Amino acid sequence: MTDAPAKPIENDGVIDCDIHPAIRSFEDLKPYLSKHWWDYYSTYGLRSRQGFVKGTPYPKIAPSAMRRDAWPETGLPGSDLKLMQTQHLDAHNIQLGVLNPLNPSGGDLNVDFSAALCSATNDWLLETFTRKEKRLKASIMVAYEDGASAAAEIHRRAPEKDFVQVLLLSRTSEPLGKRRYWPIFEAASEHNLPVAVHVFGYSGHPATNSGHPSFYLEEGAAHPAGIQASIASLIFEGVFERYPNFRLLVIEAGFAWLPAFSWRLDKLWNRMRGEVPHVKRPPSEYIKERVWITTQPMEESQRPQQVVEIMDYIGWDRLMFASDYPHWDFDDPKFGLPPSLGAEQRAMVRYRNAQALYGL
Amino acid sequence: MRIQDLRPIDCDMHPVVPNIRALVPFLAKNWAASVNDRGIEGFDSISYPPNAPISARPDWRPDGKGLPTSVEDYRRHVLDRWNVQYAIGNCLYGAHLALSEDIGVAMASAVNDWMVANWLDAEPRMRASIVVAPQNPERAAAEIDRCAPDKRFVQVLLPAMVEAPLGRRQYWPIYAAAERHGLPVGIHAGSSYRHPVTPVGWPSYYVEDYASQSYAFQGQLGSLIAEGVFNKFPGLKVVLLESGVSWLIPFLWRMTKFWRGTRSEVPWVTRPPIEIARDHVRLSIQPFDAPDDPAIVGRIIEHMQSDAMLLFASDYPHFQYEDDAVLPPGLSEDFTRRLAHDNPLETYPRLKEVQS
Repeated sequence: MTDAPAKPIENDGVIDCDIHPAIRSFEDLKPYLSKHWWDYYSTYGLRSRQGFVKGTPYPKIAPSAMRRDAWPETGLPGSDLKLMQTQHLDAHNIQLGVLNPLNPSGGDLNVDFSAALCSATNDWLLETFTRKEKRLKASIMVAYEDGASAAAEIHRRAPEKDFVQVLLLSRTSEPLGKRRYWPIFEAASEHNLPVAVHVFGYSGHPATNSGHPSFYLEEGAAHPAGIQASIASLIFEGVFERYPNFRLLVIEAGFAWLPAFSWRLDKLWNRMRGEVPHVKRPPSEYIKERVWITTQPMEESQRPQQVVEIMDYIGWDRLMFASDYPHWDFDDPKFGLPPSLGAEQRAMVRYRNAQALYGL
Repeated sequence: MRIQDLRPIDCDMHPVVPNIRALVPFLAKNWAASVNDRGIEGFDSISYPPNAPISARPDWRPDGKGLPTSVEDYRRHVLDRWNVQYAIGNCLYGAHLALSEDIGVAMASAVNDWMVANWLDAEPRMRASIVVAPQNPERAAAEIDRCAPDKRFVQVLLPAMVEAPLGRRQYWPIYAAAERHGLPVGIHAGSSYRHPVTPVGWPSYYVEDYASQSYAFQGQLGSLIAEGVFNKFPGLKVVLLESGVSWLIPFLWRMTKFWRGTRSEVPWVTRPPIEIARDHVRLSIQPFDAPDDPAIVGRIIEHMQSDAMLLFASDYPHFQYEDDAVLPPGLSEDFTRRLAHDNPLETYPRLKEVQS
């Protein structure tokens, strides 16, 4: 699925599954938008399921949630390819990095505008990054609340080998297994592309099921719950059964919650499978076979070996390193993984699993 | 070692209100009239559809159907069977569902008086939680003050999903009242259904609704710690009831890491969240979300780095386990003794005040 050379990655090489490119300003997307949509943007701006014109409902802990040392002379961190190359790709021997744009996302309320923005972002990704830097691959941005236009964008972009996956944000307006999203899974399956779900976005529902928490700290702590709900939905709505080629990649939700969550679902399925006769196997089996998960932000225990034990439950062939560059909670490829990992485990997490998932 | 030899304390069992008529004698005249005049059908919660498999163990359903509602049933199925010393009744009747806080408050009070008459006075081993209507925290505190003189009430009970995260300052009158009376606050699976049960909207299936309870516990624990509830009420213990247990430590690892980067936002949180939780949070052991594998169970326990957090519970009549498998496999004798007896006594000081 890609024409990248299958050169072996050795020693300290890394595939970074989560790098965030940024536009310097919306002018960057103007060349890829029709006059109508540029005028629309200029008049009404972005509108998602939240109330702020600028910024985010939870103020981040640093401006734009960025590392303070990642700001180029002009524009946002992630907007300057040269700085990304020197500060991150070269410095950490990133042999391949996957670009996941977050702003704009595919969650604008006006789904036609959202589709136009996603398509513009996809063009911009190719021209600004992947065609200039062979180490970079990109995600296909889609207006994920509108299955039809999202599927169309996947079909249009899939032949371009610089795209390695489809990207959604985790806070969808409905649980991800619902039928409105099936065209996305169908199109991704057809092209053998994984569907990546990155945390954040605006579902229009509170970040906790007991209402809006007060703090960014809580929003961060709550991300796995949203992902858990969507994995449960994908399983119980039968998406894994319906699309045997469907593969899910979870990004920036950490990973340590996954075994406990799988065990919970297994117990519940066992008890209530009469309600979901289309779900043929224990939930943990779908998860083991079809879900991949990135490491950042890597959970930490006072006793690091405990986290390694959890990684062992998940399976060494399912964890993929991600740095989240250039965000403040960046996991450093040099120090991010527990030091006790064996060479084989290290290699799998740092690049081999990503090679397998992306077919590189 | 058999559980019977430990005289365990059952920290989570559920007296079932058979129907709203059972509460009418405990309602003020106007509300009793309303039940009839308006045809109010009841406040049974969709969190536990009566015939759903998890809502009652098949061998605990009277004649194989419906829900067991009598104290005699519970005696036979649990109290005598496992030689239980005390049991804490957590009534899940949905006072919290009422959209009118006036109705919610009336129903909660009726449930508490019904509990005294039908359970506490009927069985000397019974204790209970004070049901409050979270719709109005001041009135919830007043209900705590009303019930607390009866020392057989050993806890305040809140549902896991309400109108706002439970750490928010609007709920602090409840914690002030609980602390004043030496009562822990129990948070039990359940929802007032003010928000979708997942952060991404309403799921299709009941199995997802039940799964979502553990998302609620994550959110509530995050809220209680982040808002500073345990700073303001240093004596307060919170008991997470029917939460699933194994989600706890991974959640706290994540929250603790994120707190290290964001603590300027919550400067009053001066200790790692995982340490705050070890001091202030307890969990009932049913359900225990893990395979029946002693090695995995042992590891989950080890990751808690505490033998004080877990409390024995039957979760009667919910269908979490079969036969006598009320404990996950592989727990050490010492750990079992702690969770069956010592930890409940430490968590619920009132258990030591009234001997039966």
